[in-house]
Amino acid sequence: MLKVENVSKLYRSGAFGGKKTRVIHDVDFEVKPGEVVSLIGESGSGKTTVGRMILRLTSVSEGRITFDGEDISTLKGPSLKAYYRRVQGVFQDPFSSFNPIFKVGRVFRTLRREFLADLDDAAFATRLTGALNAVGLEVAALDKYPHQMSGGQLQRLLIARALVLDIRLLIADEIISMLDASTRIDVLNLLGDLKQRGLSIIFVTHDLALGNYISDRIVILQKGAIVEMGATEAVFGDPQHAYTRGLISAVPQLHRRWSDAELKDLGLVADTARAGGRLVAYRENHAVRVYF
Amino acid sequence: MLAVSDLRIHYRTLSGSVKALDGVSFSVADGEIMGLAGESGCGKSTLGKALIRLEERMQYVGGEVSLDGAALPIADDRAMVPHRFRKISIVPQYAMSALNPTRRIGRMIDELLDSRGIRGATLRPELERRLAILGLAPDVLGMYPIELSGGMKQRVVMVLSTLLDPSLLIADEVTSALDVASQKKVAGALVEFRDRGFVKSMIVVTHDLAILAQIADSILIMYAGKLAEKAPTRTIIEAPAHPYTRLLLGSLPEVGIRFEERRLPGIKGRPPSLLAPPQGCRFRDRCPLAFDKCAVEPPFVEIAPGHQVACWKADAHAEG
Repeated sequence: MLKVENVSKLYRSGAFGGKKTRVIHDVDFEVKPGEVVSLIGESGSGKTTVGRMILRLTSVSEGRITFDGEDISTLKGPSLKAYYRRVQGVFQDPFSSFNPIFKVGRVFRTLRREFLADLDDAAFATRLTGALNAVGLEVAALDKYPHQMSGGQLQRLLIARALVLDIRLLIADEIISMLDASTRIDVLNLLGDLKQRGLSIIFVTHDLALGNYISDRIVILQKGAIVEMGATEAVFGDPQHAYTRGLISAVPQLHRRWSDAELKDLGLVADTARAGGRLVAYRENHAVRVYF
Repeated sequence: MLAVSDLRIHYRTLSGSVKALDGVSFSVADGEIMGLAGESGCGKSTLGKALIRLEERMQYVGGEVSLDGAALPIADDRAMVPHRFRKISIVPQYAMSALNPTRRIGRMIDELLDSRGIRGATLRPELERRLAILGLAPDVLGMYPIELSGGMKQRVVMVLSTLLDPSLLIADEVTSALDVASQKKVAGALVEFRDRGFVKSMIVVTHDLAILAQIADSILIMYAGKLAEKAPTRTIIEAPAHPYTRLLLGSLPEVGIRFEERRLPGIKGRPPSLLAPPQGCRFRDRCPLAFDKCAVEPPFVEIAPGHQVACWKADAHAEG
């Protein structure tokens, strides 16, 4: 369905923009229908940039991204709009996604005007109710102001907004990092339910435990390059790259306390960054970057 | 040692006073790292802030705080001045933005010390030594904040906050905005500073129980402005007695748990409004164990040495 094919991103840098800095190196992966793929990495790993390129918020410098075989960089006007009917994003801070002056329902009116103008009132109302039900909210919620709702509720509203469009791919960029533990799990479970209904999701996060809970496949990014990817069980059960191992060991777990030496070890994962190398298949459905 | 008894702090709002802290009593021993956890709005940050500086809209209603045997005049902003930074210090939630972006870090620290009547040069060797302990080269003192990563800034603020060896450090959500690797470094730094005696005791405020499981000696769980449970870390994680603590722990996805295999339950409902909190146990509406008696507020009592709980069913629950 969605293919990210050898995509790189270069930014101009230096005093007169003469130099070019490569921030995404040859990223290549695929998302199949009904699949949840997690992009995992630290800040600066390029995971958000990849998500933004898929949403066409950032341009692709090299390589291409295709959706159902069509290169998304060529989309314009009506075909771009059609793309956004299929692919939508939800971002980290739900409060900044709403205008605090207006009731939250305004978001849905804008959406209808832009994308669903041909639907009559009754048909739109049915869709809206369906989408709100799917995220566990009442229609009455639309009459509230953003400050009257919790972060989790706002995040669910934004997911509902995407669902009204009957999308096939959702880019969820750190959508639960700002939420409480108890509301986090509600949003995660919602993503799981949507996946079972056939929605594909790209779940961008720095938290491996969350990525593991929800995803079928995992892509580990370090400094803009994929260092390991594969089926969730494979990558978590048998991590091959030093960086992946470092990340997994840095995840705090309830029932295993770090030893004193582990806790105070400041070396950690950042030092494993190496340029070059290439991804090779380690096993079926599990690739790892090796260096020569 | 810190002792807090029956502390009450309200927020003044247009619609009335929000009872953010409604009678809170606990103590933190010397050398103890106490984790303070709960959902947003439970009063954990209010408690952390109240111990060092009351914001304008925070209103002291009652209660006493003492630090190392002497009363801490938290209601009196001026009288608190000599205590702040020297005896009690804080690493704020957004430590990243606590550094002046227009100053090199070393100069900013000197200016700060100067404002407290201390010459920066006298503390410079100690400052560099402590930065080194946290893996930061002395070069950072010549840098601007923008040149450091979030985790590095967080550690710089930690060194600065504890430079005068305060008795109590409040770390307010210091790991929340960081990714796992930086999170671990900052968590390790907190323990390191306690072990070296730079700080006698610590209150680590966070909503992340997994981090507390790593670094805290004891954990205090708050709910809707009240204390729900306090116990040694292992007891909280392995044998929690309050139903809220149990649900909170049950909603955490750990590495290895998958949605398809085991769907974790959330906690239904939302915490009550603190403008007019309900009578009785405040967790009653969301609690699977609630019964008639919960209409009466349960006292915060000790059910085992060092283990206090506010729940009528705690005894039976802990055994089961």
